[in-house]
Amino acid sequence: MTRFEPADVRSWGNVLQAEHHAAFPAWRDQLPRIVLSGRQEGRALLATGLRRSYGDNGLNPEGGLIDMAGLDRIISFDPQRRLVRVEAGLSFDALLGVIVRQGSFLPVTPGTRFVTMGGAVANDVHGKNHHINGTIGRWVRRIGLMRSNGEELELTLESDPQLFSATIGGLGLTGAITWVELEVLPNESAVMDAENIPFDNLDMFFSLAAESDNAFDYTVSWIDCLAKGASLGRGIFTRGNHAKTGSRLPGRGNTKFTMPLSLPRLCMNRYSISAFNSLYFRNGKRKAGRQNIPIYQFFYPLDSIGRWNRMYGSKGMYQFQSVVPPAVEKDATKEMLKTISASGQGSFLAVLKTFGAVASPGMLSFPRPGTTLALDFPNHGETTLRLMARLDDIVLEAGGRLYPAKDGRMSARMFKAGYPAWQDFAKYVDSGFSSHFWKRVSQE
Amino acid sequence: MRVIILGATSAIASAAARLYAAEGASLLLVGRDENRLAQAAADLKARGAEAAEVAISDLGDPVDVEQRLDAFVRQLGGVDHVLLAYGILGNQGEAERDLADAETILRVNFNSAAAWCLATANIIEKQGRGTLAVIGSVAGDRGRRANFIYGASKAGLEALVVGIAHRFADKGPRAVLIKPGPTMTPMTEGMNRKGALWAKPEQVAAIVHARAYRGGPVAYAPGFWRYIMLIIRNLPSAIFNRMEI
Ligand SMILES: Cc1cc2nc3c(=O)[nH]c(=O)nc-3n(C[C@H](O)[C@H](O)[C@H](O)COP(=O)(O)OP(=O)(O)OC[C@H]3O[C@@H](n4cnc5c(N)ncnc54)[C@H](O)[C@@H]3O)c2cc1C
Repeated sequence: MTRFEPADVRSWGNVLQAEHHAAFPAWRDQLPRIVLSGRQEGRALLATGLRRSYGDNGLNPEGGLIDMAGLDRIISFDPQRRLVRVEAGLSFDALLGVIVRQGSFLPVTPGTRFVTMGGAVANDVHGKNHHINGTIGRWVRRIGLMRSNGEELELTLESDPQLFSATIGGLGLTGAITWVELEVLPNESAVMDAENIPFDNLDMFFSLAAESDNAFDYTVSWIDCLAKGASLGRGIFTRGNHAKTGSRLPGRGNTKFTMPLSLPRLCMNRYSISAFNSLYFRNGKRKAGRQNIPIYQFFYPLDSIGRWNRMYGSKGMYQFQSVVPPAVEKDATKEMLKTISASGQGSFLAVLKTFGAVASPGMLSFPRPGTTLALDFPNHGETTLRLMARLDDIVLEAGGRLYPAKDGRMSARMFKAGYPAWQDFAKYVDSGFSSHFWKRVSQE
Repeated sequence: MRVIILGATSAIASAAARLYAAEGASLLLVGRDENRLAQAAADLKARGAEAAEVAISDLGDPVDVEQRLDAFVRQLGGVDHVLLAYGILGNQGEAERDLADAETILRVNFNSAAAWCLATANIIEKQGRGTLAVIGSVAGDRGRRANFIYGASKAGLEALVVGIAHRFADKGPRAVLIKPGPTMTPMTEGMNRKGALWAKPEQVAAIVHARAYRGGPVAYAPGFWRYIMLIIRNLPSAIFNRMEI
């Protein structure tokens, strides 16, 4: 389809609720007409995937969206050379269904498999193995990019180092990614050798991380962000490797239940969240130890409830993900957790992980060495924004940055401080593309 | 499983082809756009199809249908299922003014489709097994001012396919008509597509695929349309004619 029509479009966090116009191409040959008609109608464009980004980097209410999810074909898969070339709208879910049984796995995957290849590259996503493999951008070999003049470019790091680097983590602003060639990894089974270790405070987290990062491909922690005092930063540390043996069949996925509609906002208060966190912690303690678990359950526990974002009700939620450098990671993380637990505005999903030093080619890539903390906050308006502004100050002082994929409100100042390369990046932005996010953070 | 898909670049056919590919079927994709067919074939092969061949043919032209179908079957090395998935919606208003437009809708959706159905029926009857699966439409259930030319072509197709199923009764082969409600496909671009009644092509394809293996000669997709259309078909004209549907 090649025209822009009114469409119900929401990001995962669901805070910004604005009418959109979207086009739904089913074939790549329709893209030139779409971008040219966007230009004629005076719409700045933005390509989007499955809209698993929380904030507004995938929204563009004043312009037009190109919903890429219909461009979901595999172009080629060469298991020997471990190269897969796919259209940008193909989901990780569909791709895994094809490559896992043939003995391959994604080099990097985020915590949900309902993301598209284009969306993953445009946010330069990271996974539980960042300390080993870095971001997805390190594994991208070739990109097809549709510019607003209707021309399709083929980019590699060698042929176009600047535009290639701007497009990885480029938030869709350099054009529409049409296809991606990705290197995948050998993997013998669809089973993970995993271990859960409860820890009682933040110091224990840091020593577990230091001890695990060499021996385990994957590490991540859930923490109880409402715990206070001596228990501040208690949680469950998860680490694991791919099992060497076991079935190669990933099964049909782990989605057991889908939220049918938004819950009333009442359900999200400090009491229910605190009760959930305590329960989760106790449950985690009971299940401590080593286990073989199915691949999807290890990587995508959140996918077990489809559309869980609806739990947050019609006002939606904010997500806040920061990274702070190693020199100050302990103090800054402690400070953030204290601020959150004192505010009583908790989060079901607080995730802590140490990033490694593997650099990405992406100019605006989010990960950098240090510690990342990710939390979501039900949207209670002013009070929530005030809390996040206090967290901003801590991150800013620590010399850290926030993750655009998770953001719905960071200030231009915060963005520019966190991403000093932004001015260089701005040179490669296609003038026919924009987003709600970009309008905010690029302003003076 | 060897499957010939007539109109393989349509959204519903593409989704159904993936279900066949996941089973390791051999597919022959027939349509007009060589480039798109090649892209679809590569995808289906990667997704597990034993083979994915293409054949370029203007299916809406009801000439030499038997010879062309024979060639498809030879290219694939035999056939188990034939899925007929092409069709055009046309523009009702223009087709009422310009009868050539109306004729095109009827020729593509009914005349040519009927020829492919009859030719397929002969082949699968001769071999004693096989399925003819055809995409119809709920629009064929009762003519409405918004799209009754398209609806009439699909109603005619229903009578034909149900008749073929009758002819096959108690023999091996099967014929089935699947009637989708409004679906999010390129065909319905430009309509107001908000609301709970709009199905995704994948939902419809799952029913097409399942019904190619078992079930009666007529299936609604999604199934709830059966009840909606039961009511619409039985509304007295006095009421129906006053409704804006
Ligand atoms: C439960 C959950 C867990 C998550 N865990 C992680 C995690 O562990 N690590 C992590 O890094 N992220 C994580 N995320 C965030 C998610 O991985 C990213 O937001 C991802 O980019 C979403 O992909 P998408 O296809 O939904 O893209 P969208 O959200 O639709 O779009 C994301 C960005 O990419 C751009 N874009 C999309 N498609 C194209 C294209 N074809 N061409 C150009 N630009 C395009 C959009 O404009 C937008 O800026 C998580 C999200 C959820 C909901």
